[in-house]
Amino acid sequence: MTTEVKHITEYPVYAKVLIGLLVLTTFTILVPWLDLTAFTALIALVLASTKAGIVMTYFMHLKVEYILLKILVIMVLAIYVSVIILTFSDYIFR
Amino acid sequence: MTGNTNLHEEPSYLIDTGKRKGIMAWLTTTDHKRIGLLYLWSIMVFFIVGGILGETMRTELFKPGQQFYGPQTYNAIFTLHGLIMIFLIVIPGLSVVFGNFVMPIMIGANDVAFPRLNLFAWYLYILGAAVVVISQFTGNGPPDTGWTFYAPYSTQTHTNVIAAVSGAFILGFSSILTGINFIVTIHRLRTPGMGFFKMPLLPWAIYATAWIQVLATPVIGITLLMIIAERMFHIGFFDPALGGDPVLYQHLFWIYSHPAVYIMILPAMGVITEIIPTFCQKQIYGYKAIAISSLAIAGVGYFVWGHHMFTSGMSKEAIWTFSLLTFLVAVPSAIKVFNWVATMYKGSIDLKPPLLYAIAFIFLFSIGGLTGLIQGALATDIQVHDTSFVVAHFHYIIFGGVGFAFLGAIHYWYPKMFGRMYNIRVANVAWGFLFIGFNLLYFPQFIIGIEGMPRRYFDYLPQFTWAQQISTIGGYILGIGFIILIVNLFRKNGAKATSNPWGGKTFEWQLPSPPPMENFATPPAVPDNPYDYD
Repeated sequence: MTTEVKHITEYPVYAKVLIGLLVLTTFTILVPWLDLTAFTALIALVLASTKAGIVMTYFMHLKVEYILLKILVIMVLAIYVSVIILTFSDYIFR
Repeated sequence: MTGNTNLHEEPSYLIDTGKRKGIMAWLTTTDHKRIGLLYLWSIMVFFIVGGILGETMRTELFKPGQQFYGPQTYNAIFTLHGLIMIFLIVIPGLSVVFGNFVMPIMIGANDVAFPRLNLFAWYLYILGAAVVVISQFTGNGPPDTGWTFYAPYSTQTHTNVIAAVSGAFILGFSSILTGINFIVTIHRLRTPGMGFFKMPLLPWAIYATAWIQVLATPVIGITLLMIIAERMFHIGFFDPALGGDPVLYQHLFWIYSHPAVYIMILPAMGVITEIIPTFCQKQIYGYKAIAISSLAIAGVGYFVWGHHMFTSGMSKEAIWTFSLLTFLVAVPSAIKVFNWVATMYKGSIDLKPPLLYAIAFIFLFSIGGLTGLIQGALATDIQVHDTSFVVAHFHYIIFGGVGFAFLGAIHYWYPKMFGRMYNIRVANVAWGFLFIGFNLLYFPQFIIGIEGMPRRYFDYLPQFTWAQQISTIGGYILGIGFIILIVNLFRKNGAKATSNPWGGKTFEWQLPSPPPMENFATPPAVPDNPYDYD
């Protein structure tokens, strides 16, 4: 039902993505040492989500995929974010 | 649906034409129709086991006190009954059998997108089922937690929880793989010219279901692994003694298990949507509303899990939010019910067995849905929580809904699957036994539930005896109905089925009965309206 999209990503882009991921991983390791109390988990989740987003965008070629697939991925992320907010709001109000 | 379906001259898919013959041909098949039947046979065997377990529970409950087995055995049996019925039958059920058999044909495809993955998913299903069965006979005895594996009890009981949880984990993988397969199939293999809004409504329902399978099932997988981690390594996820939170388990469990109810019911609604226009010879009322309501149910259904937890100690704010969201999910469900009834209005109604099951579905599902609102409302839920009222509501939705839709689907597509007819009169009699037996079995549970009969109790007070006895008699009538139904479907002297015995319009009715191995020689032509009866 769809036409194939051919796209070649340059090696320097992959290299930059790799460096970005390594930097974020370093932050992930450092965050627990900073003792940010309740924010530690939140920052760790944001960092992990950012890394996952970068992997999906470049290594899994989401950047060059057709629009429907991007919408589906955004929809999935929206559901997961909503589920996490609903769950943890219970803990905040309890 | 009219148009040139460009038939093959090939023999039926039931005839072995490859290198392998007999059982080996079936066990190595990648044909979607054969895999659908592999699931059908497996589910039927498990259903007989689960049904017998249910009948023994009803017999035990015929009178107060112990009849022929003790409370620990009773706990183990209702756990196994729940595990089999939920994880092996109704969650995969309609989706794997009819999603496999008819969905690819309905969208004009020759198979699913990943045929080998499809067969692998069936093997995972069998492996998961085997592990669940093994859990009953190994370790320190069968699990006694109920199918929900609620923590912290499931992390502390000495019974064989780890094996049962591992079985459920493997079954989850099977479900995810099937979901991915169906999503890709519907996106990539629709016949040219078939846009989403030219697709029949069963594939729409299967599509919405597949998304839930892919997105929700990993949550239960992780949750079950957390139980194993807590039991084996004493990591404090759920046990307060280890610093955990039992309410977190309930959140995680129901984040999957409430959407799982829609994994069960959405394909059932898709089946009903196919049966009604055929036996009313009338275009479906509100095609787009039904299609979009499937997605709406799948979407909103993610956010209502907390209604299983109103008495768990959740915050008031969370309770109010989940109650509101629960009432919202009733809207798309009601849209479907109104559209089915509107389709029947002034239709040329032909009361054949599939339509009888469809009408029973609407009646029973409506009772189940309306009693669900009683539990969605905060004040009344406190009264009926953990009583047999919940048992009745649940069975009206799952058995009265999914179960009757499954039976309707079998009676609808049976001629297509096997190329022969069943005895219509006997099928009607079986339906009568099932409908009467079902209501006798479960309706009294509503009444004694409101009066305070707890669920999952081995014994009860004498004032509940009358209702328990009616339920047990209903259970036996239900069992007789199933025996009649199975004998009728297994008799081999049925008349040969024509390609379109019911006058259906979707693609499968244009193929011979049974269909050839490769469904279409060339892509079929797509009409503007998949239900063009007018």
